[in-house]
Amino acid sequence: MASPESAVNGPTSSTAAASKSLRNAFGGVIAFIILVLIGVLAFSIRLFSVIKYESVIHEFDPYFNYRVTQFLSKNGIYDFWNWFDDRTWYPLGRVIGGTVYPGLTLTAGTIWKVVNSLNIPLSVETVCVFTAPIFSAFASWAAYLLTKEVKGPGAGLTAAALLAMVPSYISRSVAGSYDNEAVAIFALVFTFYLYIKTLNTGSLFYATLNALAYFYMVCSWGGYTFIINLIPMHVLLCIVTGRYSSRLYIAYAPLVVLGTLLASLVPVVGFNAVLTSEHFASFLVFIIIHVVALAYYIKGILSPKMFKVAVTLVVSVGLAVCCAVIAILIAVVASSPTKGWSGRSLTLLDPTYASKYIPIIASVSEHQPPTWPSYFMDINVLAFLVPAGIIACFMPLTDSSSFVILYIVTSVYFSGVMVRLMLVLAPAACILSGIALSEAFNVLTRSIKFQLPGIAGNPSIASEENGSSTVVAPNDIPKTEKTEEAAKEKPAKKNRKKEKENVEKKPTPSKTEKRLLVLPLEASVIAVLLLVLLGAFYVVHCVWAAAEAYSAPSIVLTSHSNDGGLHVFDDFREAYSWLSHNTDVDDKVASWWDYGYQTTAMANRTVLVDNNTWNNTHIATVGTAMSSPEKQAWEIFHSLDVKYVLVVFGGVVGYPSDDINKFLWMVRIGGGVFPHIKEPDYLRDGQYRIDAQATPTMLNCLMYKLSYFRFVETDGKGFDRVRRTEIGKKHFKLTHFEEVFTTHHWMVRIYKLKPQRNRIRGKTKKSKSSRSVSSKRDVRGKRNPWH
Amino acid sequence: MEASLRAHRPAALLIFAFLSLIAVSSSAAQEIQILNAERRIDLSSQVAIVFLTLKVENTGKAAASDVILAFPPTEADHLAEVKAQAASGKKRKKTYAHLIVEPTDVPDAPNGAKGFRVALLNPLSPGETSTIEVLYMLTHSMEPFPAEISQSDPQLVYYRDSAYILSPYRIKQQTTFIKTPSTNVQSFSRVEPTNRASMELKYGPYEDLPAYSYAPVLVHFENNNPFAVVEELVREVEISHWGNLQITEHYTLAHGGAKLKGVFSRVEYQSRPSASGVSSFKNLLARLPPRVHSVYYRDEIGNISSSRLRTDSRKSELEIEPRYPLFGGWKSTFIIGYGLPLEDFLFESTDGKRYLNFTFGCPLSGTVVDKLTVKVVLPEGSKDPTAIIPFPVEEHMETKYSYLDVVGRPVLVLEKKNVVPEHNIPFQVYYSFNPIFMLAEPLMLVSTVFFLFASCVAYLHIDISIRKG
Repeated sequence: MASPESAVNGPTSSTAAASKSLRNAFGGVIAFIILVLIGVLAFSIRLFSVIKYESVIHEFDPYFNYRVTQFLSKNGIYDFWNWFDDRTWYPLGRVIGGTVYPGLTLTAGTIWKVVNSLNIPLSVETVCVFTAPIFSAFASWAAYLLTKEVKGPGAGLTAAALLAMVPSYISRSVAGSYDNEAVAIFALVFTFYLYIKTLNTGSLFYATLNALAYFYMVCSWGGYTFIINLIPMHVLLCIVTGRYSSRLYIAYAPLVVLGTLLASLVPVVGFNAVLTSEHFASFLVFIIIHVVALAYYIKGILSPKMFKVAVTLVVSVGLAVCCAVIAILIAVVASSPTKGWSGRSLTLLDPTYASKYIPIIASVSEHQPPTWPSYFMDINVLAFLVPAGIIACFMPLTDSSSFVILYIVTSVYFSGVMVRLMLVLAPAACILSGIALSEAFNVLTRSIKFQLPGIAGNPSIASEENGSSTVVAPNDIPKTEKTEEAAKEKPAKKNRKKEKENVEKKPTPSKTEKRLLVLPLEASVIAVLLLVLLGAFYVVHCVWAAAEAYSAPSIVLTSHSNDGGLHVFDDFREAYSWLSHNTDVDDKVASWWDYGYQTTAMANRTVLVDNNTWNNTHIATVGTAMSSPEKQAWEIFHSLDVKYVLVVFGGVVGYPSDDINKFLWMVRIGGGVFPHIKEPDYLRDGQYRIDAQATPTMLNCLMYKLSYFRFVETDGKGFDRVRRTEIGKKHFKLTHFEEVFTTHHWMVRIYKLKPQRNRIRGKTKKSKSSRSVSSKRDVRGKRNPWH
Repeated sequence: MEASLRAHRPAALLIFAFLSLIAVSSSAAQEIQILNAERRIDLSSQVAIVFLTLKVENTGKAAASDVILAFPPTEADHLAEVKAQAASGKKRKKTYAHLIVEPTDVPDAPNGAKGFRVALLNPLSPGETSTIEVLYMLTHSMEPFPAEISQSDPQLVYYRDSAYILSPYRIKQQTTFIKTPSTNVQSFSRVEPTNRASMELKYGPYEDLPAYSYAPVLVHFENNNPFAVVEELVREVEISHWGNLQITEHYTLAHGGAKLKGVFSRVEYQSRPSASGVSSFKNLLARLPPRVHSVYYRDEIGNISSSRLRTDSRKSELEIEPRYPLFGGWKSTFIIGYGLPLEDFLFESTDGKRYLNFTFGCPLSGTVVDKLTVKVVLPEGSKDPTAIIPFPVEEHMETKYSYLDVVGRPVLVLEKKNVVPEHNIPFQVYYSFNPIFMLAEPLMLVSTVFFLFASCVAYLHIDISIRKG
């Protein structure tokens, strides 16, 4: 942006410098105001959930995070690290401090503590609800910084504005969605920014900051492995393409050393930071970069002839060493059953892996591959702008723009594997779309400006400000004029600031702008209008997505009745509230793992399994119990001290994600560990059905019975509104369970295990009766996995 | 059952007659006798409301300034409120004067009976008569029996009392009427003459009974009224001199009736509402002051959507439903909060002090509060709070830190047990307050922002680089 100053005819060089610096200052102020507004936008677009519903924690995982934060704020950090949670995974329990990514909870806990030390009585819940919107504002600022490093502040502002409202990110960071990703995306983008910044400046200060940002990312989310693989890939790319520099070394080597050290401080990562395959790429590249650095150094001190000799020597020795190292590595890796990779990582490399081997990962909807509509839904027009952005990044290709390209390519792949990782794609898409939009405006407005008489302004500044915000673009030309007038009136003072900005701007390429590309005036005007229209369409879509699609807290459901009234289905909380007030505090509640976090957080009751899903066998046991006949199920539950069984049933009001629809996963996961549960037993001709055609195994399993107990009495026919069919078995009695609570819309039903029946008729002797029980158990041994 | 009760009666009567013999001799300091006593016990809600009309005569030599009421210890524990008034004038032109009632020790009372002293307006000179009307209420005096019922059963309760009015004085003639909420009376003890006419039981008239006569009776009847018991209620009244009075009420609600045995079937509850869960309740009515705003109703896991607010110029009614219908033994907790315009409740007294005039009791109608805590949070910087309450309460001070407080707000905590709707009467809290304190927090914020800008300006003008370049 510095060079086209020469195009301005008239002012002497000194006034030109003064007006330029003032323009910079004004640009800085405007950019600052725009950034603040972007932050406000990012925050407020996520408040739809609070306005439309209420200030409440959403969904499942956020409830766990909320509970951990409550514990942290109540008991302090040391108790938090040592927290053994006996309310979950009964009877195993869970060591919370060592198995959670603590970044989110520590962040919210710190905010809560600071706010309360100022005597502002915000509850932990309020802080948790609003953590995600706050951090999405931070994330858009981080996106500004990153894109500014790559393509200048105009592109940065555009990217920040796009990221502030990208639906994919909104889906994970609306107010109340208190999940790891909410802070992790900020940490991800900020780490990338610091990496690029270090790469551009070669400053060790930024390199250290980068390691700290990486540490925060490791604290926050398991997705940190993306960083620790992407950056080495980029470093390797730079080396291979002959772009090695000392800046690259400074950007990379401290990150690996410090980052790995810091990462292993996080209990949940620990020695995984050096032991698992996810991290090996970084070490390999670490070795390579040192070899390359050594080679460059030696090249510098030796004569070319000597260097050739040295190369042959080193290559032969190095090859031998490398072979040895690789052999050792392979041996180490091969000794572990999953080749050192965790299940989720393997799913990323081989998308079919989970569905083949780990049903529990495959059963989660967010681990499924996305469909094409979901791309349109989640990143909308960015999908079309990204290719343009990639092209813009190639003109010219710098270290930083090649990084962005690498980022988008890998994240597109990952998002194709798991719908959840669309979240990683979103910032990349925003950055590239920001670059594309900014460049397009740059070219178009410059064409307009050169052809419009009377405005012989500075094209670069105009384009920059145009690029800052897509919507206000057409209004920018008068604003620029005003700025220039103002610039002439007042002399500049902030020399220091000017210098600073110049330093910052040095790495951004300025050569392209010399190559004036003038398009026809009409075409440019139309193109600008079309781009504005595209931006407007994006905004409309994002607001719609934020308001309608992603704001539902999922524990409260609403439906609009015909007369326009709003009907609220608050059954989940009704059930949890009932459990928390009317059962004993130490009672164990069995349910499918989806509801584990909510039960511990809202009902404060001990559960067998929860959304952490770390113990497949335990989940399979619950799955087996749910798919067993009543008696066997009672025995399994009884052996686990269960007092209440909770099922979610949507048949009365048509709530589709109920337990009957999830039931096949219970069968699959149960059958994976206890082979007597066979999926075909529950299917009639390969079809899953609950009507009269259903198999007897299906109609007699516990889940069916608990869901449909006395259901027929509601309408006389037993018509299930989710499956749109009449149920197969209508009248039956429960022998081992009794209904203790059903919510208003029948969505949650709670049953109590009946106490063990008294043994009568001649079995008076205790020893005899116990022997008969054990013999009975032996007979049944195959059916009940716990005996 | 009736038979067995009848068997008990003579024995008890004997004991009390014996005790009263001892009592009569010692309580002769004030020689008062009751010519006529009529007691009406209303059992149609969960609170036993008793109207007692006493015609008192001074038979002694000296003037009597007060009359003692006696209660058995079990009743005294459940006694929520005792009010007395003196009636004067003839039937048509009766005027009532409020009398002061306070607990007192009756040294010679048998079996730990508790006494309440009613101070007469004018001392009763010898030979004179006067009519006193007493109203008292007993909470938790009806015991569900059977203690556990199923969803379709009606709720039956026991009520225990004495056929004779417990009194430290000789009663010439007395009658007791017990009103039950329905005609379904399973059983009742007989102390002849005893009559039953549909919803009313009549014990008496009994002639000339000595002091401390006692004849236990037991009535077993159906009472399906909601036994809504607020086990604990914390009302926080926060005064902001910027114009708002914020009330936050934390409820722990329970159904104090017969416990639900085992199964709760939603299908029965929904399809046969008249026959299923008759003793349960699912909504409550909170009467709030007029001009109420920003009402919320939530519990610890979020908003409870089932509530309705109706406001008019004289009152506001908030109809709330707990998350689930409450059956016997079930509990629920919730919070109601609302704001009120300050000018309706805060006034300035003649001596320059300010006083808050607010209702004491629980706004939920038809409930009994076991423990009520009213916290009046005064603005930061206010001094010397004193409360004026027409009945005895425990009080102490606390400090609360709210938005940006430095020294904290003084909190006057008033605690009372056994609160019934009759306690919904105004009380006053006087305190002195200098309005300059209102500006403390805004000034603090302004100065913080000012210093922020000042430090920014300073930072930009100071060169802190080590080397001049």
